[in-house]
Amino acid sequence: MSEQMKNAAQEKVARLARLRRDGGVLHDYRAPRWDEPFIMEQGTPGERGVLVPLAEDGVKAAVGEAADYIPEGMRRAAAPDLPELSQHQVLRHYLRYSQMTLGMDLGSDISEGTCTMKYSPKMHEELIRGHRAADVHPWQDESTMQGLLEIVYNTGQYLKSISGMDAFTLQPGGGSHAVFTNACVMRAYFEARGELGQRDEMITTIFSHPCDAATPMVAGFKVITVMPDENGYPDLEAFKAAVSERTVGCMITNPEDTGIYNPQIDKYVEILHAAGALAFTDQANANGILGYARARDAGFDACHFNLHKTFSSPHGCEGPATGAYMCTEELARYLPVPVVTKVGDKYHLDYDRPESIGRVRGFLGNWMGVIRAYAWIRNMGPDGLKEVAEISVLNNNYLDNLLMAVKGVSRPYAEGHRRLDQVRYSLQQLKEDTGVGTEAIRDRMVDFGIQSMWMSHHPWVVPEPFTPEPCETYSKADLDEWAAVIKKAVDEAYADPQFVLDSPHEQPIGQMRRTEALEDPDQWAFTWRKYKRKFLKQS
Amino acid sequence: MAGKPFIHPYIPNSVPETKQAMLDELGLSSVEEIFAEIPDRLRFKGELDIPPAILSERALRKHVQGLLDRNASSVDYLNFCGAGCWQHHVPAVVDEVINRAEFVSAYCGGDYSDLGKYLARFEFNSMLGELLDYDAVANPIYDWGDVAGRAFRMARRLTGRDKVLVPAHMSPMRLMEARTLCQPESMPTSTKIRFYEWDRETGMVDLSDLEAKLDDSIAAVYWESPGYLGTIEANGAEIVKLAHAVGALAINGVDPITLGVLAPPGAIGADIACGDIQALGMHMHAGGGCSGFIAFKDDDPKFAQECPLELYTVLETATPGQYAVAEAMAERTSYGARDQGKDWVGTASGLWTIAAAVYMAVMGPQGFKELGETCIARSHYAAQKLGELPGVRVKLSPSFFKEFVVDFGGTGKSVAEINKALLGHEIFGGKDLSAEFPELGQSALYCVTEYHDQADIDALVSAVREVTA
Repeated sequence: MSEQMKNAAQEKVARLARLRRDGGVLHDYRAPRWDEPFIMEQGTPGERGVLVPLAEDGVKAAVGEAADYIPEGMRRAAAPDLPELSQHQVLRHYLRYSQMTLGMDLGSDISEGTCTMKYSPKMHEELIRGHRAADVHPWQDESTMQGLLEIVYNTGQYLKSISGMDAFTLQPGGGSHAVFTNACVMRAYFEARGELGQRDEMITTIFSHPCDAATPMVAGFKVITVMPDENGYPDLEAFKAAVSERTVGCMITNPEDTGIYNPQIDKYVEILHAAGALAFTDQANANGILGYARARDAGFDACHFNLHKTFSSPHGCEGPATGAYMCTEELARYLPVPVVTKVGDKYHLDYDRPESIGRVRGFLGNWMGVIRAYAWIRNMGPDGLKEVAEISVLNNNYLDNLLMAVKGVSRPYAEGHRRLDQVRYSLQQLKEDTGVGTEAIRDRMVDFGIQSMWMSHHPWVVPEPFTPEPCETYSKADLDEWAAVIKKAVDEAYADPQFVLDSPHEQPIGQMRRTEALEDPDQWAFTWRKYKRKFLKQS
Repeated sequence: MAGKPFIHPYIPNSVPETKQAMLDELGLSSVEEIFAEIPDRLRFKGELDIPPAILSERALRKHVQGLLDRNASSVDYLNFCGAGCWQHHVPAVVDEVINRAEFVSAYCGGDYSDLGKYLARFEFNSMLGELLDYDAVANPIYDWGDVAGRAFRMARRLTGRDKVLVPAHMSPMRLMEARTLCQPESMPTSTKIRFYEWDRETGMVDLSDLEAKLDDSIAAVYWESPGYLGTIEANGAEIVKLAHAVGALAINGVDPITLGVLAPPGAIGADIACGDIQALGMHMHAGGGCSGFIAFKDDDPKFAQECPLELYTVLETATPGQYAVAEAMAERTSYGARDQGKDWVGTASGLWTIAAAVYMAVMGPQGFKELGETCIARSHYAAQKLGELPGVRVKLSPSFFKEFVVDFGGTGKSVAEINKALLGHEIFGGKDLSAEFPELGQSALYCVTEYHDQADIDALVSAVREVTA
């Protein structure tokens, strides 16, 4: 080994030890950059990516030409203008795209708060990719899918125990879909009581997920949104004032996006119940309370979990996902069909439920997510679930300590109270000091191999917000590095604001420009064919 | 937690020394001091009713795989069931791409850091647009029934009218989903679903009944092609004409895998198309492979403005010639506008759009054409052979793509009995229609695709012959 190399290697060891001790940016990162043309622009006419089976001679002899079975006017006149490429060229193209996708596995995804970006065990992927999970038809006789039904049924039992509820469905295809299911269940409950004409208002809070406002609207309700009081809790007086004989119920989160646990949550539920209304709590990310607090114990009539958040199923570029909806015995009759039941040692799909809301999703749901959640719960056991909550909460408070030491960062509301699984911070001070706000910091952070940070749902009640969620997946070194990256970006903003405002610098593409095009019909193009015709003047 | 500390491979800071160091840093004696934020009366003090942990990866794999192995799959058995979730061949290259850890684990952020995801998404929209002959494809959500309901609501917003006409032989499952979205009719913002008839001989829509039911209160006319019962609808252009004559929109529900050989919704003149991309490279996953799309012409920006799903456009960057992909008019979705948004969007089926992009790219125009011809030829071959069996009759139009109705009435046996007996031959028979469409008697909906070769079909025919004898 050369002297030069020896010295550099020793220096590197010392530097890493120092960084691990004092906290710092560990990686000298450059994002992969391929400058890859769109696939629609690649290939040569005649190339094939896969060969499909052709009808056998015997089949052709029996039935003749396929085209003869297509009604007049329903034959495709011009072939679709799809690319023509060999298989390796297609594979290579999408592998390059995967390289230009940081995802959660590759980077540090503490950044995407409210999303619970935890590690999704690889063994679970093997389970769902096998043909006895992947190649099961939903209408197969239930006797041929007993294993799957057992997994679904038992997962439901575990989730009932975790929430304190009496009944479940795993049909919804995502968290918001489970929240919509709730709006429909409440609708059916009041319709059955003949009160649907009278009750048409749903209450939510501004720090609850947007779907808690949007899905009751879709279900046909008016939505009342309660704002926070000076401590960040949903304003109790405003909440009381919102409840009346017109109230259907509430759809709220606790802890809310701020990470603040509302210690009076049962009082809000009591107010609703006193008015004959129902209470639902959105537990999309339940990491901070697993095994420590249950929705039913606070009086709620229903709740939901995202199996792709708290229960480890991966997020898959935004799905497929699974929403688990749990409710009381009283509401169980309204659950969507089919409901998975157990009679003796056999599992069934029960469609005979006359008061059901019907369906929110076709077939049975996204049971890939259920298989993974089942495996994860079995792997954790009751003690492990509590450990998940404990470490999530500890990680969050440890990170909080580091972030609150960074100049320009503040944590609005509830001074003196600790947050559970996440925190909504503000960079308002930094913005005032330097002109650099949370979006620029977000776009600078990715230059360090740290996933783009989630700021806040809209509207931004907390100015210049950001919301990390350092769940149990992340090591102390990960937390130190994440905080160090924030500090570095903030330091850069104080030293050279323009440099940060011009971020990112190390990504596969430069900063996005002319974003006004996003709102202008004359400038947008939702497909390449449109873009070519509109801007490249190709037909 | 008494006894041995719980140190888990997915929880690095469960190592006691690390935990202690972090607590020391915070000046806390235990995490309990943080959980004190939850008042005592709301604390759960019981034991979770969950079995003890299966800790090792090997033991857990054995346990869960053991449960899954109690299923019989459509690989173990020959499957002829479709009805909205279809067994097509999934090219290995599709799975290779979507099993990449980066795609599996990515989520909703990262205009720059997750650029590849957005580029793939734009390519999916672009290639599906080519198949459909539309300029705008929105980011898919749960499944066909869901997007049908959303398309109805979109039509309501676009026209200010509150009724949609759907064919009475629309998929009952999709209808149930759409009804959930359309609200009970007593609600002031409900979208009212009305039916028009279908021809019991051909399975096509009844145009004269449709015409009789059309007036200026109708927001949209919906039809499916191929329909739930398998028929390729010959009257699409006529339906569009009738709908437009009263100022209603025409919404075409479609299975895009048919579009290598069948006329696309754009060419037929439909204003909006919806359907499922499951056939485009997704395993069935007991229905979990489904994902619903909405697409339209985009010659009038009102459609984009009222579209309930995310729309992505290419955007310039600081480097001329480079493309970014970003969401257009994000303010109109629930993420931008909460209860003032157009329906809602959420985590739904992003990975499936990447699978479908890879699928469309490897298939190309020739692949789709050949696949269509094979599906038609083999399904008609199966229909012909089954129809030759005593007491077995194929019903409805001779124009179908991959699914057809088989009436077993003449065998004296019910579909339930036949399907049960077929299990003994390791065959999943067609979907029993006797409850959904009593007027079809003891009929089943059979599905034959390019997945099934002649030998598979002959095995089916021979088994049906045996169990109906």
